[in-house]
Amino acid sequence: MSATTTAPGTAATGKSAPESSHQSFFGAHPFVRYAGIRFIVSIFLAIGVTLVTFILTNLVPTDPVTAVLGESAAADPAIVANMRRQMGLDKPLPVQYLMYLQRLLHGDMGTSAQTHNPVAQDLSQALPATMELALITLVISVIIGVGLGLYAALHNRRFSDQLIRLLSLLGISVPSFWLAMLCFYFFFYKLGLFPGTGRLDPTFTAPPHVTGMYITDALLAGDPALAANAVSHAVLPALVMILWTVGFLLRFCRSSVLEVLSQDYVTAARAKGLPSGRITFAYVLRGALLPILTMIGMLFGGLMSGSVLVESVFSWHGLGQYAFQAAKSLDLQAIMGVGLTVGVIYITVNFVVDLLYGLIDPRVRVQ
Amino acid sequence: MSDTNEVTASVPALKPRKKRFELPPQWKTAYGIIGVVVVAFWLIVAIIGPLLPLADPLAQTAERLAAPSSAHWFGTDELGRDVFSRVLYGARISIPVAIALVVLSMLLGGLLGMLAGYFGRVLDETIMRLADIVLAFPPIILAMVITAALGPGIGNAVIAMLVVNWPQYARIMRSMVVGVRGSEYVISDRLLGFSAWQTLRVDVLPNVVSSILVLATLDFGNAILLLSGLSFLGLGAVPPTPEWGFMVSEGVQNFSAWWIATFPGLCISSVVIAFNFIGDTLRDALDPHMRKHVQSEAM
Amino acid sequence: MSEKDMSENESTRTAGSAATSGTDESVALSIRDLNLTIDDHHILKDVSLDVPSGKVMGLAGESGSGKTMTGMTVLGLQPEGAEVTGEIDYHGENLLALNDRQMASYRGHHIAMVFQDPTASLHPMIRIGVQLTDHMRHHLGLSKQEARERAIELLKLVQVPDPEGTLKRYPHQFSGGQLQRIAIAVAIACKPDLIIADEPTTALDVTVQAGILQLLRHLCDTTGLTIILITHDLGVMSALADEIAVMRGGQIVERGSRYDVIRNPQHPYTKALIDSLPKQMMERRDQAAQAGQTAQAESGETEQPSEPQEGGQHD
Repeated sequence: MSATTTAPGTAATGKSAPESSHQSFFGAHPFVRYAGIRFIVSIFLAIGVTLVTFILTNLVPTDPVTAVLGESAAADPAIVANMRRQMGLDKPLPVQYLMYLQRLLHGDMGTSAQTHNPVAQDLSQALPATMELALITLVISVIIGVGLGLYAALHNRRFSDQLIRLLSLLGISVPSFWLAMLCFYFFFYKLGLFPGTGRLDPTFTAPPHVTGMYITDALLAGDPALAANAVSHAVLPALVMILWTVGFLLRFCRSSVLEVLSQDYVTAARAKGLPSGRITFAYVLRGALLPILTMIGMLFGGLMSGSVLVESVFSWHGLGQYAFQAAKSLDLQAIMGVGLTVGVIYITVNFVVDLLYGLIDPRVRVQ
Repeated sequence: MSDTNEVTASVPALKPRKKRFELPPQWKTAYGIIGVVVVAFWLIVAIIGPLLPLADPLAQTAERLAAPSSAHWFGTDELGRDVFSRVLYGARISIPVAIALVVLSMLLGGLLGMLAGYFGRVLDETIMRLADIVLAFPPIILAMVITAALGPGIGNAVIAMLVVNWPQYARIMRSMVVGVRGSEYVISDRLLGFSAWQTLRVDVLPNVVSSILVLATLDFGNAILLLSGLSFLGLGAVPPTPEWGFMVSEGVQNFSAWWIATFPGLCISSVVIAFNFIGDTLRDALDPHMRKHVQSEAM
Repeated sequence: MSEKDMSENESTRTAGSAATSGTDESVALSIRDLNLTIDDHHILKDVSLDVPSGKVMGLAGESGSGKTMTGMTVLGLQPEGAEVTGEIDYHGENLLALNDRQMASYRGHHIAMVFQDPTASLHPMIRIGVQLTDHMRHHLGLSKQEARERAIELLKLVQVPDPEGTLKRYPHQFSGGQLQRIAIAVAIACKPDLIIADEPTTALDVTVQAGILQLLRHLCDTTGLTIILITHDLGVMSALADEIAVMRGGQIVERGSRYDVIRNPQHPYTKALIDSLPKQMMERRDQAAQAGQTAQAESGETEQPSEPQEGGQHD
């Protein structure tokens, strides 16, 4: 490729041209290669996450042997030494880390000091509860946020601009746990509209475990009354999380769409005389999809962490509530299990977002 | 007819059908003014708090769980402490901690980001991969894990939040330094024989300062939210410290006494909203992308 | 260009706004007293312009002179909130009186546009094939297969190598020059009789500019297409335009045939514009202008454009 073929403004994109047009000659399809690189990066990040939890576990001044044996047995030096050997604590730290990784690979995250259950087992109960809440919130927030954001951008009015600005600033400023308190107080204590705590009324028993998400499981089990009860319990916590996220998403979506609307390719599409519906959905929305997708990915992470605070108000026995109880009683294995799980979910979500990026934007693949 | 040589160099910058309206200036300043007034109020309260004729925030003298009255404007909590007094004293915890956290994160993250961006290579990779790992955790979860490991307390909470918070500064600093590094004036510095530090101080830093300041203003709100969140979970301030987040959690246990949680929550919200108003206004004012205007481009 | 047209242009040439009266057959587009105001800024002032059919009408001027805004207004793409008065007569229809939906049936169909930077005006995430056919299917009601066949023909016409492969690719896989050819194919897809080309070569490398200009000239000469060429570059202007209108501060200050405007400018602004060009360049332009003039006088058609430096550049 000679230097003369590239226009000054397009130097960067011009360079990628030979690479992609010769894709069949050099190795794998660019998307496969891109996905592979992202996957390796994710694996390294996941290893980094285990390193963090491992280091934090070792930072703690409390002696894990004492924690396992109890005070009385820990007084006997012989038992302690034996236990240390059994737990591998006499080995150097890097070896201990490898042992830790090996245990993790077998799904062993230790035993919770609080529930006396394996942490992995506790998490398999708590994670779906949080997922249920996060998914409900995500779906509703995205529908409202993206829909209204798109509408507001297309029908740009100063009034809606101000309203959205205010909503989004309020959403990110008001502490979610306090908002949860207020909703709890009004809708449950004062008005009695919705149940306040838990995932089901005490009169109901949990549906057979399939996904762990009660609403889905109840529907799968063909029990609409149970599903309805589960929904009514999810309303308040989901409402809080939606109030918390939707303004932000709405504003972000609006500004992304406005940014795209000022692009030449939208003007060009209009100059082609295409119907406005086609311009909006094929040209504008596709252009704004990448930043919105990134935001949704971040939002999911935000929901996982936001749920910690909201769940503890509504006694929603999810990851957040579990982490909260564990943190209160300094149940280290359980906390690290939560940190690890959430970290891995975070990484997975980002990986999926990266893959979608590659699917949507052909330019990303060749970079 | 004096500026005709402009003709050959110019390119029409007009973007037709540009739909972005500039905010009316009076609105912009209204947000800014509200923000500054509220922040100033809380700063003053934090500074002169002890001089005010308030009840002792720790004294368990009054009737327990008393509703708001003329004696106790915001009522009393379950230990009979005056909520109004505790709420105002809370500013003396949240605001200094937030300032400390933001300043420390800015220094630590800014320094690491600058080093990574300016020197590149191994240093860059090490620092930025570390940042990636930290960002692989949701902030409050990581902060929770760290404070749980270190033990509750405001000092430990600050350390935890610092660990969680520095990467965003490092990232923005790095990307801006990398951007500035390739620019012509920095290259000319090198040709003039400036040392790396001279270049960073004289030419790079002034260019990135405004962005970092906007981030810092918006981050004040986050810092206060994070601290109150940790305290709400019982991992930040320890009793009997009058910390807002912790006070809300006391309200959760006595939810029929709505005043215990409502007022500290309002305080958190007001400070955070104020900081976000200021940050938002600053961002608009400093971000050249936001200043684009149809008329100015057309004429 | 016939002698008669030449003399007509000669006679209508004035320092102020110039327009022939009436809507005769040879006028593709007639702009009358076009005024455009955005928030009290008077951007276009009494712009009147007749665009002769089958010719390249050059609209020159510095940025901010209103030349782009004039082009966008013809397409009904002026900024939201702009107040427009006057008349834009296109084959007896006042385009300014149409609503947006009616206007959309003209856009891309009868009047099309080529933008400055093809890397920005083509959507980076949509395949060339879709961007080249969606408006054909909409305006002409073609089936997918028919549109595809026409797209391949068009790509051959604008001399993009490997038309079938091109349809499957994305814009970032092409050089700027190739993209502008594709953008021109998009513009002529529905057989419009008027194209507004807004700085079509400004964003391109100097070496490929000539090819694009030749392509436009070729289309104009072979298909009877009318082109409004908007550019600040008098070099481009003198290479392509049959007639030139010079804009300044939202007004047309001079209008006439290319040769006259460049060789014998009347308005002081036009003089300053031409004087600001480097001397040597000017001589070259002069020669080019003269050569073009003679070439056209000899034969109505220029030869098939060919650009050795651009062909097959990307693969």
